[in-house]
Amino acid sequence: MSEWMLEMRGISKSFSGVQVLKNVDLQLRKGEIVCLLGENGAGKSTLMKVLTGVHAEFEGTILLDGNPVRFKNTKEAFAQGISIVFQEFNLCPNLPAMENLFLGHEVRGRSGLLSYSKMREKARAAFAALRVEIDPAAIVRELGVAQQQMIEVAKALSHDTRILIMDEPTSALTGEETRNLFVIMRELKERGIAIVFISHKLDEVLTITDRVVCMKDGENSGEIATRDATEDKLVAMMVGRKLDRLYGQRHGQRSDDIVLEVRDLSGPPRIRNVSFKLRKGEILGLAGLLGAGRTELALLLMGARKKTSGTLLLNGRETAIHHPSGAVAHRMGYASEDRKRFGLVLPMTVRENITMAIHPAILNRLGLISAAKENTVTNRYIEMLHIKVSGREQITRNLSGGNQQKVVIAKWLAIQPLVLILDEPTRGIDVGAKAEVHKIIADLADKGVAVIVISSELPEILRVADRILVMHEGRVTADLPRGEATEQSVMKAAVS
Amino acid sequence: MKPLSGQGKANASADSSRPNFLIRLVRRPESGIFLALICLMVAISIYQPKFASPINAFLVSRQIAFTAIVALGVFFVILTSGIDLSVGSIVGLSGVTCGMAMAAGMHPVLAVLVGLLTGAVIGAINGIIVSWIGVTPFIVTLGMLGMARGLVLVLTHGDSVEAIPKSFISVGNENIFGIPGPLIVLAVLAVVAHVVLTYTVFGRRVYAVGGNEEATELSGINVRRIKFLTYVVAGVLSSVTGMLFVARFRSAQANAGLGLELDAIAACVIGGTSLMGGHGSVLGLLIGAAVMGVIRNGLVLMEVSAYWQDLIIGAIIVLAAILDVVRSRRRKS
Repeated sequence: MSEWMLEMRGISKSFSGVQVLKNVDLQLRKGEIVCLLGENGAGKSTLMKVLTGVHAEFEGTILLDGNPVRFKNTKEAFAQGISIVFQEFNLCPNLPAMENLFLGHEVRGRSGLLSYSKMREKARAAFAALRVEIDPAAIVRELGVAQQQMIEVAKALSHDTRILIMDEPTSALTGEETRNLFVIMRELKERGIAIVFISHKLDEVLTITDRVVCMKDGENSGEIATRDATEDKLVAMMVGRKLDRLYGQRHGQRSDDIVLEVRDLSGPPRIRNVSFKLRKGEILGLAGLLGAGRTELALLLMGARKKTSGTLLLNGRETAIHHPSGAVAHRMGYASEDRKRFGLVLPMTVRENITMAIHPAILNRLGLISAAKENTVTNRYIEMLHIKVSGREQITRNLSGGNQQKVVIAKWLAIQPLVLILDEPTRGIDVGAKAEVHKIIADLADKGVAVIVISSELPEILRVADRILVMHEGRVTADLPRGEATEQSVMKAAVS
Repeated sequence: MKPLSGQGKANASADSSRPNFLIRLVRRPESGIFLALICLMVAISIYQPKFASPINAFLVSRQIAFTAIVALGVFFVILTSGIDLSVGSIVGLSGVTCGMAMAAGMHPVLAVLVGLLTGAVIGAINGIIVSWIGVTPFIVTLGMLGMARGLVLVLTHGDSVEAIPKSFISVGNENIFGIPGPLIVLAVLAVVAHVVLTYTVFGRRVYAVGGNEEATELSGINVRRIKFLTYVVAGVLSSVTGMLFVARFRSAQANAGLGLELDAIAACVIGGTSLMGGHGSVLGLLIGAAVMGVIRNGLVLMEVSAYWQDLIIGAIIVLAAILDVVRSRRRKS
């Protein structure tokens, strides 16, 4: 018997003539954590879909314990012990934790009807095995992201799992929650389970994995034992070039003009007495744990949520904003963390999305939309932000995550914002695009835009922001200038 | 700013490799259903030559115009991913209010305003309940279907309103250069609707709301207002058909427009409008309305029993809805 528990050999796969996987190899040992690394669109997800039986049609061979296997569907793969935890959770938010856990293989009593008592018992055992405290009867919607994540993991392990695939499992977790997850991953490893870990966070990759397999453009682009790896080596493998390390370099003059002043802002369900000032050309980082109220604060500022008290001063003048249209009229923009849900109209074109917030400005004398004006605006931003598109008329659904993010940013640049709020601007986009987004943010500030950046990635916020506001449970707990902010000082304020 | 990854393709390269007019025409999403319409017409004419006679063409096109005008109204609502089931009842109600106004001696032009206002008010009530109170459009307009029809019966006691002035009747029955009056009304309204949807801010926003309501709202667009307005449009356009019916039948009938909402929605869906919102064209809708009209007429000419007719039309509607789901799946993959 070979040393490999799983061998994928020469996997190729095409979709309607476009080859997305070319002769890809991947091997796994028992009890090994392997990182599958690569930019978005490199083919990682497709490869995992081949392994889990989502894509039954492909070229190449898969050997499990040296025996060739070919899964026709996910059920067959699952039966052979291959499970996947998706990046976007596949849970029914309206059902209790235990029912989600056993969805598809419900626990029945002797009568053939569902047995809730048995289900509760088994769920409790499953959660205990992961050392997480989740009430089996708790409705999933009411649980935190980390707990939902653990239900997914428990679900994936509910069979005799031998290979566990985790697709960006930490993207929604805090540092503490991530560390807990790693403890559990190490335990699974001890039990002989092989884990494929997909992540863009290189520090995590270096911490938890044994080996890194890198893909680029649908092919293997390198492999390295984690103990020999450095961040720079990984990035080089991933993008095939050295990254511009100067992100966030600022050139503009500091200004003392206060663009936005918030006084004692409160609003349900969580925001309480938030006050801060934002200067022209300043990048304000908004740090805090998930659920600290950062996104809510942004929505409150935009008028998308009702405030109960507090005042907003724009350029020194008190301004009432009751609806996002008011915010846009005052040249405030908000790019959401969930760009597919709140940022883009996916079935519409790049052009239509970019001009979405400036309709009054693209009219001709008859009051009709002027194609010429619209095209000019669209071209300007496609060029400025280097958005990779086949043309103005490309449907935004078909763009990569990084390019979709740029379209959202373009929409807000088009209003020539005074204040721009960017909520997790680099979530789920690859390393190259991330550096570009950071550069865009710095350029904007240099041009005098006041930017608020919300991010759960501490290194990102420390790198990008001039000043950091830390939130905890709806309150501002610290206001740190760049010089004083460290991971420790921010974290301390975020948990107290 | 130097690109870090690849080259930003700035100028839309689509312009240079634009296929010629004919190819673009064939590639349009409407061409498939247009072909189906032609085949249908050829098949019916072979089976029943009377179908292709000028008099029948006149009658069918007029019938199609009635349905298509209502469908145009529903179209706006469906584009925002809403639905309006009350349009058939609005047809009946606005015909009656307009007819009663004329019977009471009001000048036809003013009576038309009464009819339009009736449609607008009912549409506005739908719109307010859907947009600002937040009740599902299906339930609101289903209730309105009952209420508006009920109001018709209350007003007329189930009778028809006669005593319609001759000048008014002519619109429904006369023709200009052989083209039936209602068809001309449809043509004007269709062009206006197309321009509104394609070249105005309101139209752009209608599609945006249907494509992603939340993102549209956060872009600073008043989604509620847009949705509200689409129900008003549906009400007003339905009232146009309501009054054309009065002109056509020389009286305002209590059961006018009964069940017309089904044909109107079917015309939209057959014409490629997505019930999930955000997709569809006026051209497609017109072809869809023509398909419905031709099938109804063909069934009559081929002397298919009325019972079978309903069954067949119902099946076609379900089929069109299935097609809609298949299409939207293909768009997403």
